[in-house]
Amino acid sequence: MMGIVLDSVTKKVVAETHLNNISLELEIGTTTVVLGHTLAGKTTLLRLMAGLDRPTSGRILVNGRDVTGMSVRKRSVSMVYQQFVNYPSLTVYKNIASSLKMSGMSKIEIDRKVRETAAMLHIEDLLDRFPAELSGGQQQRTAIARSLAKDADLLLLDEPLVNLDYKLREELQVELQDIFKKREAIVVYTTTEPAEALMLGGNIVVIDEGRVLQTGSTPEVYHNPATLKVAQLFSDPPINYLNGAVRGDAVRLEQDIEFPLDGHLKSVPAGSYIFGIRPNHFFLSRVSDKDAELRVKVELAEINGSETFIHVSHGDSRLVVQEDGVNPLRIGQEITIYVNPACFFVYDTAGALFASPFNKGSDRRPAWPA
Amino acid sequence: MACIELNEIAHAYVRNPAGESDYAIKRIHNVWDDGGAYALLGPSGCGKTTLLNIISGLVTPSRGRVLYDGRDVTAMPPEKRNIAQVFQFPVLYDTMTVFDNLAFPLRNRGIEKNEVIKRVHEVAEILDLTPFLKKKAAGLAADAKQKISLGRGLVRSDVAAILFDEPLTVIDPHLKWHLRRKLKEIHEQLKLTLIYVTHDQMEALTFAEKVVVMYEGEIVQIGTPQDLVENPEHTFVGYFIGSPGMNLLSCTLNGNVAHIDGARILLDQKTTELGGKARGKLELGIRPKYLELSSEPGKNGVPADIKAVEDLGSYKIVTLTLAGKTLQAKLPEGKPVPGGTAWLVFPPQWIRLFADGRLVK
Repeated sequence: MMGIVLDSVTKKVVAETHLNNISLELEIGTTTVVLGHTLAGKTTLLRLMAGLDRPTSGRILVNGRDVTGMSVRKRSVSMVYQQFVNYPSLTVYKNIASSLKMSGMSKIEIDRKVRETAAMLHIEDLLDRFPAELSGGQQQRTAIARSLAKDADLLLLDEPLVNLDYKLREELQVELQDIFKKREAIVVYTTTEPAEALMLGGNIVVIDEGRVLQTGSTPEVYHNPATLKVAQLFSDPPINYLNGAVRGDAVRLEQDIEFPLDGHLKSVPAGSYIFGIRPNHFFLSRVSDKDAELRVKVELAEINGSETFIHVSHGDSRLVVQEDGVNPLRIGQEITIYVNPACFFVYDTAGALFASPFNKGSDRRPAWPA
Repeated sequence: MACIELNEIAHAYVRNPAGESDYAIKRIHNVWDDGGAYALLGPSGCGKTTLLNIISGLVTPSRGRVLYDGRDVTAMPPEKRNIAQVFQFPVLYDTMTVFDNLAFPLRNRGIEKNEVIKRVHEVAEILDLTPFLKKKAAGLAADAKQKISLGRGLVRSDVAAILFDEPLTVIDPHLKWHLRRKLKEIHEQLKLTLIYVTHDQMEALTFAEKVVVMYEGEIVQIGTPQDLVENPEHTFVGYFIGSPGMNLLSCTLNGNVAHIDGARILLDQKTTELGGKARGKLELGIRPKYLELSSEPGKNGVPADIKAVEDLGSYKIVTLTLAGKTLQAKLPEGKPVPGGTAWLVFPPQWIRLFADGRLVK
């Protein structure tokens, strides 16, 4: 296979396991997002792929060749770090060109490549400036340009936009996605943010505490999170849970909610389950006649100008409702919220996905009527 | 707690400012009400941190006065202003326990022992830190550490205001929800004057009663989150608030029709009247979430070509071209997207006009 293969890779530092038995295959020409919390092992994973660190056990193959332990200098890799790294004494032009010096390119070719890459990142007017004369966003664009200018087989980006302005981040996400698509490289991009992962698309590797929890196409994993933990990591606002049980042909949630087994829930046998529901699937008013009702107490309403995030409690459960529009609600107020049972993810008590409202495969239309 | 007045403030970092471009703060003249929750929102380099530092006393402005409850504090250093600050990275003593960290500002001021114990326990209770009081700060997670920084501000009963400089930037998304919620609850309970600097619109809009939007050293709008979404005073606010930002299309007016090159958009009576009075370069603005997409021409549909559809989980972003211009529509999850050509409807009540970048009103 043309690409990078991690074969049962483990990384330990003293007694601590940073990565635990990771096996992955990433093909050339694809973008892979690595999603996980801070300290989940994302940076360690990139450093192993780059050859900056050596795995404690396991093998790493690039285009079929074993490169485990081979120095980063002998590999075709470029990496962008979370903190902008530029040469302070070099201009933007020379910073970008620095990655090409070893390539044996002619001066004219280097010049063309530097200008082309700078234009791609909209810093072509800043080529004569020094890093200290740039804003944070411009500095990070320079660092990204330096990595992109070099046609490395492996392009690794470690939360590259986290220190940038929100709006700039949004724009760069769109641009980078286009740049990645045009490249014949293996692109690996780490993030803590579900929205960023969805924006970049491609494939995803969800990791937590040094283990891979799920891999697949990014939207596919979003719509079918295999475990409760993946659903948690891949929902912002966080996904809601309710404890429930299936008896006969009905579901009973918490103590007081009951609805018939229908649609994707039909095949769920009797037993105890955890029902997951994303905040945008709760509503403040009835949408369909199948909706189940929950009486809840308002704990807080956060209004962002066009949507309201209502934090509510139901017994011991705390839930978030994401509702369109501005809905000022009083703290302590008792309200009814509505949910269509067709939107529930069903997890078994061990946290494994039992039934999803989304069909598997390329057709990801939800099972509920749009 | 205090009401903070900024009187004709301007600031330049250079010694002899020549022109307007030398000023990091051009002119700011406004009052921050006692007990208000404010967010100071803008892109990097807009002057928001400079303004925060002028309020706290870390920076003395080149021009103008800062008043706390009518008292001139312009020349007063931060430690005399009774200001508490929470920074991007938690500031605390790693080797001390959570209790000692919280007690530090009080002991420093020679507060009596029983009072210290009482205040620390009260604040720990509010911030859910009670179980950690005997633990060393070093071992705690990032969000707990940030709560301690906040607690060190809250523990003093004499604080005039609490200033936050991007306090959630280094916090993971799932913990941001928890901390934002905590901040809201604290404001509801204690009614403190809170000023929160951020470039993240989601944080600003959910946190604040009033959002102060800054751009190139000036305040371009002060409004409720709803104002900023529905009636941006400036095209910059339209662009900066919302993801994606407001669609802005150059147009000409002919009676109740806005012409965007070949496309005709119908206006309601109110907008038509406003448009009649407008002078300068005109733009029509509409937020992506208000655009309606249909596979049928319908009554007022204008044809547009769909260029890209991005599935972002709880919604989709559709990029279209209309008369050669690019615009974006935001559709809720589950809503079908027509293929190829779509008919776009601009609901008249959500159309805004801008003349030379300013909202026509």
